Amino acid sequence: MTSTHSSAAEAKRRNPALAGNLRGLGMLPALVLIAILFQILSGYVETGGLSWADGRFMSWNNLSIVTQQASINTVLAAGMTFVILTGGIDLSVGSVLAASAMLAMIASLIPGWGMLGVLVALIGGGALGLINGALIAFLRLPPFIVTLGTMTSVRGLARLFGHDNTIFNADLPFAFLGNGALFGVPWLVIIALATVVVSWVILRRTVLGMRVYAVGGNPEAARLAGVKVWSISLFVYGMSGLLAGLGGAMSAAKLYAANGLQVGQSYELDAIAAVILGGTSFVGGIGSIWGTLVGALIIAVLSNGLILTGVSDIWQFIIKGLVIIGAVALDRLRTSGNART
Amino acid sequence: MSTDQNRPFLEMRNVSKTFGRVRALTSVSLDIRVGEIHALMGENGAGKSTLMKILSGAIAPDEGSEIVIEGRRVAINGPMAAKQLGIAIIYQELTLAPNLSVAENIYLGREPSRGALIDRKAMVAGVESVLQRLGANFAARDKVAGLSIAERQLVEIARAVHARSRVLIMDEPTTTLSERETERLFALVRQLKQEGLAIVYISHRMKEVYELSDRVSVLRDGAYVGTLGRDAINPAAVVRMMVGRDLSSFYKKEHNAHGSRGRPILSVRDVSDGRRVEPCSFDIHEGEVLGIAGLVGAGRTELARLIFGADPKITGAIAVDGRDVNPRSPKDAIEAGIAYLTEDRKLLGLMLDMSVSENINLGVMSRDALAGGVLNRAKGRKRTAEAIEATGIRTASPDAPVGGLSGGNQQKVLLSRLLETRPRVLILDEPTRGVDIGAKSEIYRLIDRLAREGVGVAVISSELPEIVGICDRVIVMREGRIAGEVGGAAGAEQITQENIMAIATSAAKEAA
Repeated sequence: MTSTHSSAAEAKRRNPALAGNLRGLGMLPALVLIAILFQILSGYVETGGLSWADGRFMSWNNLSIVTQQASINTVLAAGMTFVILTGGIDLSVGSVLAASAMLAMIASLIPGWGMLGVLVALIGGGALGLINGALIAFLRLPPFIVTLGTMTSVRGLARLFGHDNTIFNADLPFAFLGNGALFGVPWLVIIALATVVVSWVILRRTVLGMRVYAVGGNPEAARLAGVKVWSISLFVYGMSGLLAGLGGAMSAAKLYAANGLQVGQSYELDAIAAVILGGTSFVGGIGSIWGTLVGALIIAVLSNGLILTGVSDIWQFIIKGLVIIGAVALDRLRTSGNART
Repeated sequence: MSTDQNRPFLEMRNVSKTFGRVRALTSVSLDIRVGEIHALMGENGAGKSTLMKILSGAIAPDEGSEIVIEGRRVAINGPMAAKQLGIAIIYQELTLAPNLSVAENIYLGREPSRGALIDRKAMVAGVESVLQRLGANFAARDKVAGLSIAERQLVEIARAVHARSRVLIMDEPTTTLSERETERLFALVRQLKQEGLAIVYISHRMKEVYELSDRVSVLRDGAYVGTLGRDAINPAAVVRMMVGRDLSSFYKKEHNAHGSRGRPILSVRDVSDGRRVEPCSFDIHEGEVLGIAGLVGAGRTELARLIFGADPKITGAIAVDGRDVNPRSPKDAIEAGIAYLTEDRKLLGLMLDMSVSENINLGVMSRDALAGGVLNRAKGRKRTAEAIEATGIRTASPDAPVGGLSGGNQQKVLLSRLLETRPRVLILDEPTRGVDIGAKSEIYRLIDRLAREGVGVAVISSELPEIVGICDRVIVMREGRIAGEVGGAAGAEQITQENIMAIATSAAKEAA
């Protein structure tokens, strides 16, 4: 007789806390594996032989580039984690990022008050997120449809802000956020890590966070337990918008410019991919912010490593998509019996 | 068929199952005979569902376990194998696709075809004859979505019959059925028995088992306790086998509400929703256990939800301790000191993926929180430890997901969540549904303790012995109205099952 119970399921029965941690770690082994693979492959491309030392992937310089590339997506994916934990989705983050970047650039041009750009981006992003939240919480519209709509409208808004032009600011007062470093650590990376830590504190150490999980796990039960479900919806979409606004400021700071049409195109897909790679359940209630961080890093490592090893642009797309599906399939197998992704 | 009598169709010999170091089943030996109704009883966690899962091929038993069908040793390595061996299982949660027709559901997975096309005619014809034999009053082409729970159950039975199953395992089939539907199901089960099926009937309800079964086998703590033949079945004996002790102190009623009934805590006046609840008025007094009886569908749950603010009421007023509260949401109600235990703990009560501790603290964590809404984890842990101790929740750890606990322990977790809010009034909707006997008596003891502490408790229950056993006064609902009251004041009618049923069912008499 063959057992249909995987060892992971049995491990969970024996020690649920341990299994929870394993699931939280989730894709970390995959991340390490992919990184090692790229180190060897990049060495092979360089020398034509198997040489660890000649690989270019794991140089400090390159790892710094990878983490910077991952930073904006990490911030967006953190917001997306809140939303998906409640069983929702936010397709509008790419557009909100674009609109916020435009607002940040416009504000940065005010003489003497240019630093306000960051604040304006945060407020703008947060406000757009709250509009999503209000439509979902009070009109009871499906999140997919609401954010699909705002994704399109806000994209138009972003173009409108700049009269469909690119806004430049060569003297951008907050440019250091996109290009500078503190004690050798790039500001982009610091912001991303700070976002993850704050998100973890909110999700795991506050009443609000526990309610996010409760609403995702069983919205009706949460209501009967005295939770104001609408306020949680408002919060998670507001949070997602706020972090998309932060992402907008980061993007503007990096480029000294913003363009309503081009900035943040299809960023929402990378953010969703990071959350799902991180093991968060698509129906809500299960998941962790650390998983999301690992997911965002996997996506960045893939992009960077494929370029380093000289894979063509077209094949990069194909491989990235397959890796996302494969990684989640692997996770499914590993945790079969309790996965609900 | 007489030669078939007493011939075992299915035998289990020394069936064991261990999960890690936990022994879920310890060499259980059981035989199921052709043409018998064999009841399987035991508390939750006694091993019934593990045994079922083994028979259905969902899990494999340990080495050395033997399963023999018609004298031949078999291996059930998967649900398909179980089906081919003639084993059919009807779970508590029915497994039909509501968007498909009855015939499509019955043929699901082995649809007859002509070429590449589904042969709908053959499908409908094949199903109609079975439906007719089972006395169904719906057609093969009907959508399952339009059928009642009882009718859906009949579809599942039809599926088993249609697949020529030899043994039918039913897991608590009557939990969601009305009395009349239950009677109909029993008639059908007896008919299937006549036709030579072996039926394994899992139930917590002593009365059903007593009425229906030819033999009763009892499991306790994963081990086989014994089997009683038709003549030896009596409730006291079965309970003794299940819990290993006597039933004498089963219902607990030590609080004294008759002699010195306290002042009213909850006053409900003319509350209605304009649809299923006509204006209802009643009081719950300090330290009183009030029963709310009535048939399924009489509006008991609907009334409770109106009081709790879970659904909007269109008329009426609600006061706690003489103060008008009129809750507009469950949050308002909880703050006013009203707590409500839902009848459906999985769907409406618990977050199954969250831990025991998180579920218990859900109602009070904002009250306990430190500055800035930061969780007070020390206090949460303390509350959890005390609640586990006080209500006797059996869990591997406070951090284990609630979904893995047995029904009784899940119920105690949900009750603990309510009690943490220190309610003045507690409305319990079917508090012992799907709960084993041990947990039942613990819940009764808890209700008694709360009444002694002065809490007003309302118990909605469809189990009349329970109402009679624990309540001081009973209001009876019928068609959305409070139709009568028994017990309480001197001179009132006695609380008996007969008196309650008379009020609950006399709609026709009164209308005439």
